[in-house]
Amino acid sequence: MVTAPACQQRSTVRACGEMPGPPPYAVRVLLIDKATYDAIVAHARRDHPDEACGVVAGLAGSDRPERFVPMVNAARSPTFYEFDSHDLLSLYREMDARDEEPVVVYHSHTATEAYPSRTDISLAQEPGAHYVLVSTREPDTEEFRSFRIVDGEVSEEEVRVVAALDEVDAGTAG
Amino acid sequence: MSIEVRIPTILRQYTGGEKAVVGAGGTLAEVFEDLESRHPGLRERLVDDKGLRRFVNVYLNDEDVRFLGGLETSVTDGDNVTVLPAVAGG
Repeated sequence: MVTAPACQQRSTVRACGEMPGPPPYAVRVLLIDKATYDAIVAHARRDHPDEACGVVAGLAGSDRPERFVPMVNAARSPTFYEFDSHDLLSLYREMDARDEEPVVVYHSHTATEAYPSRTDISLAQEPGAHYVLVSTREPDTEEFRSFRIVDGEVSEEEVRVVAALDEVDAGTAG
Repeated sequence: MSIEVRIPTILRQYTGGEKAVVGAGGTLAEVFEDLESRHPGLRERLVDDKGLRRFVNVYLNDEDVRFLGGLETSVTDGDNVTVLPAVAGG
């Protein structure tokens, strides 16, 4: 277990003067508010047995998933998902206009565990995103896990569900 | 002919971090050829032997070029091309 240097930890990123910005991959936790978490799970349940997909956008560089955007699975399939091509363009234009990026990219697995499939890994093209997987294979309990997928390498990260993102900021300030 | 091509985050390693680059040509294929001369490696991420890569979406203004003419789609001065990786998986 290697502990990240203090300057790479989330709460002290700004203290790290020599770095040009927040390190893109050093943060190993997904902080997400309960309402967004619940919305992702509800979307996955609603589209079951097909896979559900979407993003949670946030201000570029902030690592704060703030704007829940459910997307249509153009594949309408229990084993594959793909954002509709036209919706994808609209989404990225909107995010650009708001200076946002996809902080979370989520989708569901409806018969298997909440872990990236080989297809997920080979097609992952947002190295800065938290890839959230929700499994709806059990009707009463859901699995909700988060991963980084960079250059074909998967690393799981902790998911920390909070009442509101701002409360966390207040708690770590100063 | 001056065509602005918007580049997604994952491909900005080929454009020196630039979000948009300018290419020239009468078709999308020619624009990509032109870009390759200044941004080597970019073209291979967009096209393969069969044409546009399956999980790369390319738009001319507001239209997915798959519904136009693919790589042979004509472009004219002032057009905007947007490249977006598909968001997809299994």
